[in-house]
Amino acid sequence: MSDRISVAKTYKLYIGGAFPRSESGRSYPVTDSRGGFLANAAQGSRKDARDAVGAARKAFPGWSGATAYNRGQVLYRVAELLEGRREQFVAEVAASEGTKRGEALVDAAIDRWVWYAGWTDKIASVFGASNPVAGPYFSFSVPEPTGVVAVLAPQTSSLLGLVSVVAPVIAAGNTCVVVASQDRPLPAITLSEVLATSDVPGGVVNVLTGRTAEIAPWLAAHADVNALDLTGAPDAIKADLERAAAGTVKRLVRGGRGEPDWSREPDVSRMRAVLETKTVWHPMGV
Amino acid sequence: MSNWEYAPAPESRDIANLKPAYRMFVDGKFVEGSGEPLKTVNPATEEVLAEVSTASKADVDTAVKAARRAYDRVWGRMPGAERAKYIFRIARLVQERSRELAVLESLDNGKPIKESRDVDVPTAAAHFFYHAGWADKLGYAGFGPDPRPLGVAGQVIPWNFPLLMASWKIAPALACGNTVVLKPAETTPLTALVLAEICQQAELPPGVVNILPGAGDVGSELVNHAGVDKVAFTGSTEVGKLIQRSLAGSGKKMTMELGGKAANIVFDDAPLDQAVEGIVNGIFFNQGHVCCAGSRLLVQESIADELLEKLRTRVATLRVGDSLDKNTDVGAINSRAQLEKIQELAAAGEAEGAQRWTSPVPVPDKGFFFAPTVFSDVQQSMRIAREEIFGPVLSVLTFRTPDEAVAKANNTPYGLSAGIWTEKGSRILWAAQRMRAGVVWANTFNRFDPTAPFGGYQESGFGREGGRAGLEAYLDV
Repeated sequence: MSDRISVAKTYKLYIGGAFPRSESGRSYPVTDSRGGFLANAAQGSRKDARDAVGAARKAFPGWSGATAYNRGQVLYRVAELLEGRREQFVAEVAASEGTKRGEALVDAAIDRWVWYAGWTDKIASVFGASNPVAGPYFSFSVPEPTGVVAVLAPQTSSLLGLVSVVAPVIAAGNTCVVVASQDRPLPAITLSEVLATSDVPGGVVNVLTGRTAEIAPWLAAHADVNALDLTGAPDAIKADLERAAAGTVKRLVRGGRGEPDWSREPDVSRMRAVLETKTVWHPMGV
Repeated sequence: MSNWEYAPAPESRDIANLKPAYRMFVDGKFVEGSGEPLKTVNPATEEVLAEVSTASKADVDTAVKAARRAYDRVWGRMPGAERAKYIFRIARLVQERSRELAVLESLDNGKPIKESRDVDVPTAAAHFFYHAGWADKLGYAGFGPDPRPLGVAGQVIPWNFPLLMASWKIAPALACGNTVVLKPAETTPLTALVLAEICQQAELPPGVVNILPGAGDVGSELVNHAGVDKVAFTGSTEVGKLIQRSLAGSGKKMTMELGGKAANIVFDDAPLDQAVEGIVNGIFFNQGHVCCAGSRLLVQESIADELLEKLRTRVATLRVGDSLDKNTDVGAINSRAQLEKIQELAAAGEAEGAQRWTSPVPVPDKGFFFAPTVFSDVQQSMRIAREEIFGPVLSVLTFRTPDEAVAKANNTPYGLSAGIWTEKGSRILWAAQRMRAGVVWANTFNRFDPTAPFGGYQESGFGREGGRAGLEAYLDV
């Protein structure tokens, strides 16, 4: 009797709800923390990034226009599916990060997703206002999503870090293009499979794998990207990316030096960074 | 039937207490700047009003250091309740000196006295009053129980609302516990320097507010100074991009209030006479020198002819001229350079095939003036529909369906403001929701209040001024 040969998986990009290979035809080897081969991942290109931005833009009206109640349920559905595939994530996170804390990290990621799911229908009342202007007008301010957000995912924390940067962006009603951790991309691709089978509309989250430093400048300069999260950007090119982003006055989430402690309880700052405040005035009278 | 002409009703320029020379304000004192002095002129007469000293690179450094000292030793650690009282004092002093400030503003800027008197100065006072109250209540602002100030704020403001912009910048910064170094625009430095006098009268601790007149090089020196923790800029998108680029990698917190090309949408059921007033207010208020001016009029095709006729009739009655005359509706363009820019863009509109109509109103021979102008048959590709003109020039486009109106309104990299005119409430809310703009005025235009957040989407900038949302700009949150 020979041992069973496992079915090896081909990991692909996630764009517009579909799983294409990279347009460039390239891939790169992904290894575990000890250098053992895990899989080849697609090495996304400039064209892939452009397609992803297009998909995110196309998905924006529907997602931002959905009711907050609906968005909350969709996000919670993602947590449900994450929970269902918990063991797979634990194995992938452990292999990627070389940690024995895989279970704790995955549980935290699931709980974080639930935390943000509960935010969708509270954002407007917490960040909005009825403005007591000195005149016969009704003036109110509502928070609105800024649009398409390009996210450079944390390089170290392959799942918890990723969830911590993606969930606030879509909870706030934006759509996004995420560049996964360059060396630890597999949990991100599996998360894509979860998103694809949950109720998140195609294009709301688009996941690219590949070289962050190669893809990021195109996203930073893209005129149809409204905000850029630099959390996972290599320090050496952060300032260049900020300069490129200035060309279209992009909103920036700069991220400090080094990676944040993702185990800390989150706050609202990541949602606030991708929200605009719209103030509407109307006269009052008879 | 006799023709009732307006008699001139000039405000006295003596009220401005104009001095022959003004100096910069650093560390609580008025001192001679070591930059090249500038002469500020009255754009309505082209006469020199005063000589103003400007800052050099070394002066910027001195001012930033004074602000840092004041932050570390006094202002940053002062209880909010005490900070509040200083800011309330400033609000009161602005009110007490309101007439003087209004006349001075109109002299230096060229705007009609009725606008500086009724809008600029009262709103400036209101900003200090509103923010003073926040100083000891920041824990209730929604950013956590103990939000911290950022440190020294470097602020650069434009020439269209010199005193009001200074107040928008200084009041929230001080309320949140920051100290400031502010650079007013080179053509309109005077009221900011009187505001500095007011800070002295309020006995504000030295260094908390510093005012450095000068041109763009002083602004650049200031925003790039290593001792500045936060940069707040109001001005053109072009300069905003330069600043964002030059601060890349610095970690400084930024807020940008940049240009606009606002759509003012008139649906076929709009109250036309009210809409005409709103359109006039939207584009001819402050000579159109308003970043959120309603410079693109989108009219439903079925009422376009009727509306345009009413609009031209109304615009023809606007009086252009002496900014100190209480009957003046449209004052002087702020500078020769700005006048030339407006002339160039208007010429481009004609060259590209739009129909130009210019008000037949008499315009003074001296000074920088531009008669109210309305372009019809404007296409979206034309420069006058895409570029910010920053003058009394309106571009009129038409649409057939609400969806087309929204698509055309949003067809711009800018996103500061928008106007909607319709009697149907549900349509107002529908359209307001779809506008990619930070401020939406429905059946009104150009309303401002310190309690209402103001700021842009997209290339009109980021960050808000006013309201609870505006405090974020000056807090470490």
